[in-house]
Amino acid sequence: MIEQYIPIFLVIATAAVFGAAVVFSSKLFGPQRPNDIKISPYESGKKPVGNTSERISVKYYLVAMLFIIFDIEVIYVYPWAVEFKSLYAQYGIFAFTPMLIFLIVLELGFVYVYMKGGLKWD
Amino acid sequence: MSILEIIIITFVKILFIITAMLLTVSYSVYFERRISAWIQTRLGPNRVGWEGILQPFADVFKLLLKEDIVPEKSNKPLHTLAPFIALFVAFSTYAVIPMGPEVTIFGYKVNLVVADVNIGILYVLALTSLGVYGITFAGWSSGSKYSLLGGVRASAQMISYEVSMGFSIAGVVMMASSLSPVAIVNSQYGWMWNAIVQPIGFITFVISAFAETNRLPFDLPEAEPELVGGYHTEYSSMKFASFFLAEYANMIIASAMIVTLYLGGWQVPYIDKLGLGETLTTLIQVGAFFAKIGALIFFFIWVRWSIPRFRYDQLMNIGWKVMFPLSLLNVVWVAVVLMIFN
Repeated sequence: MIEQYIPIFLVIATAAVFGAAVVFSSKLFGPQRPNDIKISPYESGKKPVGNTSERISVKYYLVAMLFIIFDIEVIYVYPWAVEFKSLYAQYGIFAFTPMLIFLIVLELGFVYVYMKGGLKWD
Repeated sequence: MSILEIIIITFVKILFIITAMLLTVSYSVYFERRISAWIQTRLGPNRVGWEGILQPFADVFKLLLKEDIVPEKSNKPLHTLAPFIALFVAFSTYAVIPMGPEVTIFGYKVNLVVADVNIGILYVLALTSLGVYGITFAGWSSGSKYSLLGGVRASAQMISYEVSMGFSIAGVVMMASSLSPVAIVNSQYGWMWNAIVQPIGFITFVISAFAETNRLPFDLPEAEPELVGGYHTEYSSMKFASFFLAEYANMIIASAMIVTLYLGGWQVPYIDKLGLGETLTTLIQVGAFFAKIGALIFFFIWVRWSIPRFRYDQLMNIGWKVMFPLSLLNVVWVAVVLMIFN
């Protein structure tokens, strides 16, 4: 069983080495001549105005929260999806109805968010 | 097989894949430029080598010799970590995508996939979620307003479309009764391609894949007219190249995932009935896999140069109000189809 995962670890290690090599390669080969203008933030050639620690619209946080809720539901569907054929052979239609109810409840939650204006962008 | 043999075989496969991957990535950049030029009746790069065929190498060497500028206002560790994450994710997702059937080379039974794990789909989903960090860190750590906006937009967009992507894949998992990409390809024997059995899931997955890879019409994170370069505005030299490589690598992985999940992977319908002999059949199947990926890459490029960019509210509306209900519908659809035909 663990043999299956040896290749995965090898791939991850190789990808990490490769990624680090690419990211640091220009430190080796490129010149290093920074000056004040060069390292200031890019603003179309003008003097930078303000800073980046301003507040971000709350809508983005709302999206993040909705994502967590709905993405967790995806994980609940997966084990059922893997076993669906054998469950159907065993229980017939009753392999499907519980998941249908689950999906309807999920959809109701989604409609609630929709009605509350949680997905509104203007 | 002993552990040592597994390690050696895996290293051969990884070497092959990294080489193939780097070549396809650099040449998809070249083909993107040539095809866009063709679509817009321009010439495109045609100076370096025959018809510009060596252009990717010239680009890489140029970037390699450029100065690596780190902006003073940046968070330096994260600024370096971000391109690393992007590349790392792009190059490790490949491991679970099957390129061909099981073959016998020098007496070893070799699967033409680096790692045949039973949770392959979860591995891909986990790594693509990790990819969001690369872009968000890049945007946040640069200390530039354009980068920050690009990074925030990118993270909201990618997590929105990940939900419908997850539900679309659930339909495929139901057809195959397995999370292993190898089993999923095997379940699409003949014309039982998932694109035909579950067209809704296919469409939602393809659209989500476009959004996940930040390709036009979903390239809001790096919309040039408004955000300069988006999250990679403050990157130069090989760190910029990392994002560039990762973006194209993600496009290729998205194509490979679409092929594996919906277009039958390496399967050519009924080729085993022709009696062509094992070696020839395998070669045709592996060729078919790469041909399908090539066609999809062409499709990605074609769409990019044909369709204008969405507005941000339109993008979020499509993601949540259209793709999400449709992908739920797909799960129900697959269940009903399976119950009727089983």
